[in-house]
Amino acid sequence: MKVNQKGQKKDRNKNLYYGFSFLVIVIILYLVLSFFNSEKIYRSLQASLDIIIQILPILGLVIFLIGIVNYFLKPKMVSKYLGGESGVKGWFIAIFMGILSHGPIYVWYPLLKDLRDQGMRAGLVAAFLYNRAIKIPLLPVMIFYFGISFVVILSIYMTIASIIEGKIIEIIEHMYRGRSRENG
Amino acid sequence: MLFLECRKGHVQMDAKIVNMTNKETIIVSFYKALKNFGMALPVLLGVILLLGLFKIYITPELISSVFTGGLFRDTVLGSIIGSISAGNPITSYIIGGELLKQGVSLFAVTAFIVAWVTVGVVQLPAEASILGKRFALTRNILSFIFALLVAITSVVTLRAVT
Repeated sequence: MKVNQKGQKKDRNKNLYYGFSFLVIVIILYLVLSFFNSEKIYRSLQASLDIIIQILPILGLVIFLIGIVNYFLKPKMVSKYLGGESGVKGWFIAIFMGILSHGPIYVWYPLLKDLRDQGMRAGLVAAFLYNRAIKIPLLPVMIFYFGISFVVILSIYMTIASIIEGKIIEIIEHMYRGRSRENG
Repeated sequence: MLFLECRKGHVQMDAKIVNMTNKETIIVSFYKALKNFGMALPVLLGVILLLGLFKIYITPELISSVFTGGLFRDTVLGSIIGSISAGNPITSYIIGGELLKQGVSLFAVTAFIVAWVTVGVVQLPAEASILGKRFALTRNILSFIFALLVAITSVVTLRAVT
């Protein structure tokens, strides 16, 4: 148990270090580009600030959902509905969650990590992320530009693609785990 | 009688303890949620700053100037540009609509709008850091290939149906 906790802490520190390194690289990129065109960099910062303001409510919702998931969903329950034995039901839940979720894809990563830690299948995470492409409130805009037949056909193919992609990811994960077990 | 009173007292105490533990668990659950989110914050902030750069530097004019008219080449290009671009899907529909008006093929435009949402080169550092490198890389590579396949099958089906 202690070893597991130590491992998790080490992973967390590694992720935090990686996150800060990435942020520093992006800040350096901003500084370098500001020497060439400071006006564009100012506009880029403004655009980033706009994005932050736009996603703030969704960030709040995601933090709330993570809290709720931590409180109500126990690993046993997650594994029943989204784990190894979830079957067709699991795929349906992941696809619908993906379609219904809002905001940018990256704000959902922490929640998915939590669910994954509690036993959600990798393939279902992939299906969730793929189906974020189908957004019900955006469908009228898509129909306006491309027509209803195109939107219906594309949505059907994208749902099918999400399942195939999820299955392939699970096969790859399974192969990798088998190989690492063989190597001891 | 005294025994019953004692038992009642014990039951009330137990209920209080259960309530306290529940309260603590709710607080602990939300504390954990905030902590988990805090861990992801530096990488998310980096991604948002990159998105700001993309919004200003990668303009729709720049995107449309890349397409040349070759069907297969344009479809692959659509998928590549969609993968490295990011933002609200509505933006991809608007750019896609403009590209169609300029004569770019529906294959290329479909690959572009599918890859826009399903492949995230800009978000890749965040995805790899939070969900794991192997998962993020495999998912993005597969999504890139599927953007091409979905584009081809969708347009072929659309033409067969209409």
